[in-house]
Amino acid sequence: MRPRSKVGGQPNRWLKPAVLIACLLPLAWLGWRAVSGGLGANPIEAIIRYNGDWALRMLLITLAVTPLRERLGWVWLIRVRRMLGLYAFFYATLHLLSYVVLDQFFAWGEILADILKRPYITIGMTCFALLIPLAVTSTNAMVRRLGGRRWKRLHRLVYLIGIGAVVHYYMLVKADVREPLLYGAILALLLGYRVVMGLWRERQRTASAGLTASPSGRGR
Amino acid sequence: MIIKRPSDIPPSEITSEAVYRQRRRFLQGTAGLAAGLILGGCEAAESTAPAPGTPLPNVKPGPYGTDEERTPYDDVTSYNNFYEFGFDKEDPKQNAGSLKTRPWSIAVEGEVEQPGHIDIDDLLKMFPLEERVYRLRCVEAWSMVVPWVGFPLARLIQHVKPTSKARFVEFTTLYDPKQMPGQRVPALDWPYREGLRMDEATHPLALLVVGLYGKVLPNQNGAPLRLIVPWKYGFKSIKSIVRLRLIEQQPVTTWNQRAPTEYGFYANVNPKVDHPRWSQKRERRIGDFFKRDTLMFNGYAEQVASLYTGMDLKKNF
Repeated sequence: MRPRSKVGGQPNRWLKPAVLIACLLPLAWLGWRAVSGGLGANPIEAIIRYNGDWALRMLLITLAVTPLRERLGWVWLIRVRRMLGLYAFFYATLHLLSYVVLDQFFAWGEILADILKRPYITIGMTCFALLIPLAVTSTNAMVRRLGGRRWKRLHRLVYLIGIGAVVHYYMLVKADVREPLLYGAILALLLGYRVVMGLWRERQRTASAGLTASPSGRGR
Repeated sequence: MIIKRPSDIPPSEITSEAVYRQRRRFLQGTAGLAAGLILGGCEAAESTAPAPGTPLPNVKPGPYGTDEERTPYDDVTSYNNFYEFGFDKEDPKQNAGSLKTRPWSIAVEGEVEQPGHIDIDDLLKMFPLEERVYRLRCVEAWSMVVPWVGFPLARLIQHVKPTSKARFVEFTTLYDPKQMPGQRVPALDWPYREGLRMDEATHPLALLVVGLYGKVLPNQNGAPLRLIVPWKYGFKSIKSIVRLRLIEQQPVTTWNQRAPTEYGFYANVNPKVDHPRWSQKRERRIGDFFKRDTLMFNGYAEQVASLYTGMDLKKNF
């Protein structure tokens, strides 16, 4: 890669290792609670919920990268976006595995029945299936092979996955929907930002196209 | 046609001698302790609540027990659905300390010859206490085995003399958002209400509970008085009861009102009728890794199936 401009300051060589470790802390905490008997009377349910929570949180953190970079000028964030996205996939995988192995213990008939009959599981499984191509195409080689434009279009799936994940959570709650609604509000903010910015850039483009030979600032 | 009368105690459920002896020793021990407490606590005002975990005196083993392994006390008292004290399972244990269980009285209203209020301490002396080891099956597909202490609901109903119009019993939980922080959140239509048909309420399995594991009921488990209907999903077994109303019409019940397609009025444990959001075929006994098959009427079919003859249990779920 060509050396990039230093707009965002010196690239810090500790950034990636720090994020790598920070994102493993939730798992370490889960492991500690598991060995110290801190998962309560129903540890299997606790593990499934915990990994699901963190999959959703990582997804929202990933979706927050672009708004934070653009609004607060935290350009360095873009360097860890892929890692954050992969951590969302990582915790989603743990969430699914804990359901398949710990909860159902490979009872495929029951799992299939769940996927077909329980809408919140149907949605959850769909979200996971949609995450797979994003994880697979996360390498530099795949970005090159697909070409930036197609890669970008594919990775817009993450918006749909975010909505699906919040709906999945909302639907499984019995009465107190405050927490899923909070996640929903955060997601709405992050997606709403993109919609607003998209419309604004559209207007800028048409406005600048109307001007003759204007060296307009390109929308970043 | 020969109508087989179900025996009170199936042989498989007779407590083994070893367990029985253990329990005798335990009860003797706790009786001594209780005597000590009573003698030592004479100057205490009558309306002070017994400390959680205080042993209950004179508890006799009751019928219908199971010899299945009991769920440990710590699990029974730390994994609770009691939304009045929070919406996570660990919340009630954390928050239920704010509940004042004395003074406490239970209003008896409606189609009875003797309406009025019964003080909890009087109620505790009205009927002999029994220990009943029941399976508890939650609608969320987990289960426990709990040694409850209480007396048959039928006793209290007989005592208040229902009129001929009494066809249902409605139960109501305390409503006090100051003591019950969960009630500040409009997640359910507070106060919590439940109900039983008269023949269900007077069935000998239906229990009014004041303790578990031989001790005073902890607040998070529904102190000072709760219902246990072991053949129905746990949400029927209403906690911290302040009112019984005997009525002619089927009462509106909280979960049924919240989501009528998910929680029926009857809510009998039935592996053949799934909750729309999850299967009811199997359950996880707390402490087990593998799920087990859920039994019709939670294993109490022999005792209660006759209450529902001729009823379509898929429709009346």
